Amino acid sequence: MARGRTGIEHLLRRAGFGASRADLEQFDGMSVSGVLDYLLNYEDQPDDVDTKIGNPSYVSILSRAGGFQPNSNIEDARQRWLFRMVHTNRPLQEKMALFWHNHFATAYSKIAGTFGVVQGTKLMANVSGQLPGPQGQLETLRELALGSFTDLLVAMAKDPAMLVWLDGRVNTRQRPQENFGREIMELFTFGVGNYTEQDVYAAARVFTGWNLRFIGGRDDPSNYYEFLYVPANHDPTEKTFTFPIYSNGSQTIPARAAADGMQDGIDFINALARHPNTARRLARKMWNFLVSEVVPPDDDTIGGAASAYLQNGTSIRSMVHYMLRSREFQNPGNWHTRYSWPAEYVVRAIKELGWTGFSIETARTALIPMGQVLFEPPDVAGWELGRGWFSTGAMLSRMNFAGTLAFNQRFNLARDAAAARQSPEALLEYMLDRLSPARYDSEPMEHLTTFLQTGGAWTGSDAQLQSKGNGLARLILGSSEYQFV
Amino acid sequence: MAVSRREFIRGGVSAFTIGFAAPAFLSDLARAQGALARNLVIVYLGGGNDALNTVVPYTDPFYYSRRPNIAVPAGQVLQIGSDGSGKALGLHPRLTGLRDLYNSGRLAIVQRAGYLNSSRSHFQGKDIWDTANPGLTESEGWLGRYLETVPLDPLSGWSATQELPRALLSSQVSVPAIPNAAGYGFSSFNAAEAANERATATRISSHLPADRPHLAFVNTSAQAAFATIDRVASASVYTGTVTYQNNGFALALRTVAEALVRGIGTRVFWVQFGGFDTHANEGNAGAGAYATLMGTFGDGVAAFCEDLRRRGPWNDTLVLQFSEFGRRVFENGSQGTDHGAGAVMMAAGGMVRGGLYGTAPSLDPNPANPTLENNGGDVRFETDFRSVYARVLDNWLGANSAAILGSDFRAGAPALV
Repeated sequence: MARGRTGIEHLLRRAGFGASRADLEQFDGMSVSGVLDYLLNYEDQPDDVDTKIGNPSYVSILSRAGGFQPNSNIEDARQRWLFRMVHTNRPLQEKMALFWHNHFATAYSKIAGTFGVVQGTKLMANVSGQLPGPQGQLETLRELALGSFTDLLVAMAKDPAMLVWLDGRVNTRQRPQENFGREIMELFTFGVGNYTEQDVYAAARVFTGWNLRFIGGRDDPSNYYEFLYVPANHDPTEKTFTFPIYSNGSQTIPARAAADGMQDGIDFINALARHPNTARRLARKMWNFLVSEVVPPDDDTIGGAASAYLQNGTSIRSMVHYMLRSREFQNPGNWHTRYSWPAEYVVRAIKELGWTGFSIETARTALIPMGQVLFEPPDVAGWELGRGWFSTGAMLSRMNFAGTLAFNQRFNLARDAAAARQSPEALLEYMLDRLSPARYDSEPMEHLTTFLQTGGAWTGSDAQLQSKGNGLARLILGSSEYQFV
Repeated sequence: MAVSRREFIRGGVSAFTIGFAAPAFLSDLARAQGALARNLVIVYLGGGNDALNTVVPYTDPFYYSRRPNIAVPAGQVLQIGSDGSGKALGLHPRLTGLRDLYNSGRLAIVQRAGYLNSSRSHFQGKDIWDTANPGLTESEGWLGRYLETVPLDPLSGWSATQELPRALLSSQVSVPAIPNAAGYGFSSFNAAEAANERATATRISSHLPADRPHLAFVNTSAQAAFATIDRVASASVYTGTVTYQNNGFALALRTVAEALVRGIGTRVFWVQFGGFDTHANEGNAGAGAYATLMGTFGDGVAAFCEDLRRRGPWNDTLVLQFSEFGRRVFENGSQGTDHGAGAVMMAAGGMVRGGLYGTAPSLDPNPANPTLENNGGDVRFETDFRSVYARVLDNWLGANSAAILGSDFRAGAPALV
């Protein structure tokens, strides 16, 4: 399947993790807007990707002693997530789950350090119904990936992992805890410049009593933590802010009986989610994620995306839809202008180069030196995106992952490239078609050709195809032209 | 064994390190190679270190009344005498190595470092310390700007953390991030083509398309990688005799020590570790989570300093520690502390003028107390952190601090070097 549908490939790199050859066949004959509808309305596709784990037609997973335990072992949870990114038929849902993981950046290590590794993994990644207790944070992010942002904020405020991460579990009226109250304004919604230190203190009081409870005995394997609103821990007095909380302009959350005090947090979240600066800040983040990190946000697009979000009840789907349909998104000048995140990079390389006989565990460990351990963002502000991914050490790690994957796939590659064995130029053309790098200028193209011509006459033998083919693939995957989506 | 001096130098010091246990000689040799000069090792404690539990005002009754659970008991602190205001101070009990360093006159402690209207945000705060610009109008880091003034070398800076800190950001100098020297290489399983792959990848990265600066940026990073792989590899095996703890911070310092001993020419190193955002469960009675952090910090720095003393570069090295803010004076309901203001900085090295600089705050919650702010909740800064930077730039690195920092901050700088 030749790559000729560059508009669809661009869409799949941004709204997904790239296109495998099977994906390209599936979408052959569809228009770009038809594929966009398919991606946006992902509920129409079955959510059965997990059932393919262990099937030899798919990328393999490493099963440790005790078996594959993605709900209770964090390394297995990472393998499962990467597997989903490679093989999901709901790529936009998975992509947005990754976006929200960075936005509500929560690190497993603090949860595990507080409650132990099994509870820590459950709180991050438990699939509803697989182990006792609430679903993990990632499952909530995935469930609400294109839902209402208000609902997503409420879900995060009640999320047990978040309650550990930002200390909400110990936020009480006797001693309010500022951590979550600060970050929900600074990082999760409208950002610095929109609130004061007094607002932080008031926000902390709003969420007093949003705590956790433990269900089950200490050594009971089915025990778990879940959200609980504790009226006795809630500060029932009024809270005044420097920005409007209610549609009538009132800046004060009234005093209420402690039993009804959870409404404080709902009112506060509603105000934050509907604040125009929240809409604009989200739109700018989406611009950088979906449209470009090189071209600065376009005012009309930001305004339009923010309006779409606000007019549809803080709808994330409306905002994403607006972005993906925008002229700036379609403009080929903006393609390949977003620095790929390490997780995107490894998944796309696997999808485009092949996975038969490759273990996703290799990708999981390779992500560590690339600077993106899933479920382990460096802090609550998430990863440093864009250029931040491309330190020298991280760049070497990408090149080395490319070498590992390409060498692993050398026999498959040589077999697939057999029809291009007649000349180095034909092999290069085949490989550039199979992968989807940005355009190469003539100078690096010459270096790639020279690579194929060096070391003896071209025979096109199987051995030469294997050796040169995997070398060429790793050079392309390790080049700057491949680091952008 | 007939080895000419020239071959000896070209082959590098590494092959001879075991044979010659003469640190001074090695250091001189490295100087002869033109590689070893004064260098700076930044230690960043991520998350906002609780300065009041690092350097404890153990005779201040408000310290105990406002921190009933998390205060370090007076009987446990490592006493280091009194500061200029006569306030008796003690180090956290897990900082024994630093106490020894202090007693030997090679540890300087700057109390109440900060700036006016201190940001309580981690991210703004870190950016301010990294750029030396509270207005946040500067995108380059203060160390990146310094590195622009030294001879161009792809290894003039070395970040031992995965993400390059903004402090080392420069539009002209690309600083490599080398969290693990042993993993810093270009590997190939494809034996027949390995050399060809590396040569081709190096050539590809030399292309800097002017019409696509983002590609050029990534290629610049790849270029810097290829230009530094071999030198970094020379520091990847530890050849010293000091036992470092088995944690990321200590092991990063160990690699830095090796790089210094090898004289590979790096001017500025960056080492950090996090976990200082202690909103909850700091620990009681000098034990617990905060004590663990102090142990990691103190033991790591002490091992590093001892290593440098034994192997030579001690007098060429300045360790400078900072954090983005100090924490609130009073503990919160979760036996932790929220974001505060005035911070503590430390400097260690063979040429450091040790001692206590600046004065400790009074922790009296009276709003009129001039050493506190935010209704007596936070420590007010006394020494502008930029004056410390200025002192280090001018008196240690021989640079022009006013040019690098954009203004003259020399007045009132602690004379720690």
